[in-house]
Amino acid sequence: MELVTPEIGLVFWTTVSFLILLFILGKFAWGPILLAITERETSIETALSRAEAAKEEMARLTSENDALLKEARIERDNILREAKKMKDQIVSDAKETANKEGARLIEKARIEIDNQTAIAMAQVKDQVASLSIEIAEKILQKQFEDQSKQDALVADLLKQVKLN
Amino acid sequence: MLFTTPTFAEEKAAEKTEQYDPKGPILEHIADSHYWHMFGEHSLPLPVILYTNKGIEVFSSHVFEHGKEEYQGNYKYALIKDKIKPVTEAGEIDTTVRVWDFSITRNVASMWMGMAILLIIFLSVKGKYKTRAGKAPKGLQSFMEPLVLFVRDEVAIPNIGHKYKKYMPLLLTMFFFILISNLLGLIPFFPGGFNLTGNIAVTIVLATITLITVNFSGNKNYWKHIFLPHIPVWLYPIMIPVEIIGIISKPFALMIRLFANITAGHIIVLSLISLIFIFNSLWMSPVSVLFVVFMDTIELLVAFLQAFIFTMLTALFIGMAVEEHHAEAH
Repeated sequence: MELVTPEIGLVFWTTVSFLILLFILGKFAWGPILLAITERETSIETALSRAEAAKEEMARLTSENDALLKEARIERDNILREAKKMKDQIVSDAKETANKEGARLIEKARIEIDNQTAIAMAQVKDQVASLSIEIAEKILQKQFEDQSKQDALVADLLKQVKLN
Repeated sequence: MLFTTPTFAEEKAAEKTEQYDPKGPILEHIADSHYWHMFGEHSLPLPVILYTNKGIEVFSSHVFEHGKEEYQGNYKYALIKDKIKPVTEAGEIDTTVRVWDFSITRNVASMWMGMAILLIIFLSVKGKYKTRAGKAPKGLQSFMEPLVLFVRDEVAIPNIGHKYKKYMPLLLTMFFFILISNLLGLIPFFPGGFNLTGNIAVTIVLATITLITVNFSGNKNYWKHIFLPHIPVWLYPIMIPVEIIGIISKPFALMIRLFANITAGHIIVLSLISLIFIFNSLWMSPVSVLFVVFMDTIELLVAFLQAFIFTMLTALFIGMAVEEHHAEAH
C-alpha cells in the first residue's frame, strides 16, 4: 500500500519542477526549435517545387526549341524548293523569251530581206524599164531620123488598127 | 540498482545462516529515500525539509545515520523505513504531530538531474538551430530532431489535428521528461539507481496535468458529449456518471500504466539479481546476468514505449476534447 500512496513532498516538487521545465523548454527550446524546423521544411519544399518547376520549364523550352528547329527546317526546305522552282521558272521563261525573240528577229530579218529584195527588184525593174525606154528612145530616134520610114510605120500601124 | 544500501550488505552477511529475503532491498529501491547511494558503503545524504506547526526546518539527512540515530529539531524525528516520523521520548511514533515532508529526496534530486540534462541538451540544440539556420541538422541536433519530429508527426498531428501547435510544448516536455527519467532509472549505479517514473507521486502529477489540460481544452462538443449525449433521456442518470468517471479514469489509467510498467521492470531486474543470493551460489550469477541483460534490453524498449504511450494518449485525449464533431459516432 505504501507503494501506491503518493508522498506530498514528491508531488509538490514534481509539480513545481515540471511546470518550470515546461515553461523554460516551451519558451526557450520547443518554440524556436519547432519554428526552425518548420521554416527549414517550408524552404526545402519551396526549393523542391521550384526545382520541379524549373525542370518543367526546361523541358518545355527544349520541346519548344525542337518545334522551332523543326519549323525552321521545314521553312528552309520550303524556301529552297521555292527558289529552285523560281530558278527553273526564270530559266525556262528566259529560254522561251529568247526563243521568241530570236524567232521574231529572224522573222523581222526575213521580212526586211523580203522588203529589201522587193525594193531592190523594183529598182532593178525601174532601172531595166528606164534602160529599155532609153534604149527604145535611142532606137526610135535612130529609126525616125528618116521621114519615109515614119510614114511607112504610121501606115503600117493604121493597117493594124483597121484589122482590129 | 544492484547494491542499494548498507541494509543490503547486512542482509548479505546474514544470509549465511538464514534464507535471504529479497523483498526488503527490492522495496527499498522501488520506494523513495533520503539518501542517494553512490558506491560501496557510501551514500549521498540529501537535504530534509520538514514543515510542522512550528514552522519549516531544514537539515541534512546524514543526522539519522541511516536510521540508527534520532534527531532533535522542533520535534524529535526518527528515520523509520526511510520515512521521517516524529517520535516521543520513548521512541514510539508520535501520532499527535503532523509532519509535512518536503525533503529533497533521491527522486527529487534525480528528477532535477534529469531536467538539468534536458535543459542542457535542448538549449544547446536550440542554439544549433540558430547558428545553423536552414542547414541540415548536425551532431546532437540530428539525434534529437527525429524524436521531436516523431512527437510532432506521429503523436500530435494525427491525434489532435490542426490545433496541435498549442499542445506541442506540453507533449514534448512530457515525452522527454518521461523518457530521460526512464532511461536514467535503468542505470544501475550512481547517478542512476532510482525509480522516478515508477513512483506514483510523479505519475499522479503527470496524469493530473493531462487531466487539467484535456478538460480546459474541452470544447462545446466535448462537454455536450458528457452531459447531453445522444441517447434516450431515461439513460442519462446512468450515462452521465459513467462519462464523469470517464474523465477521471482516462488519466488514472495513464498514471497506473506508467507507474506499474516501470516499477514492474525494476522489480523483475532486482529479483533476477536476488536469485544469486537466494540460491547462495556463484554459479547462479551467469544465469542471473543473462536474464538481467535480457530484461534490461526490454526495459530500454519499455522506457521509450511508455514515454510514447503516455504522450500519445495525452494527445489522443486532447484530440477528443478539441475535436469538431461532424457526425455523432456514439
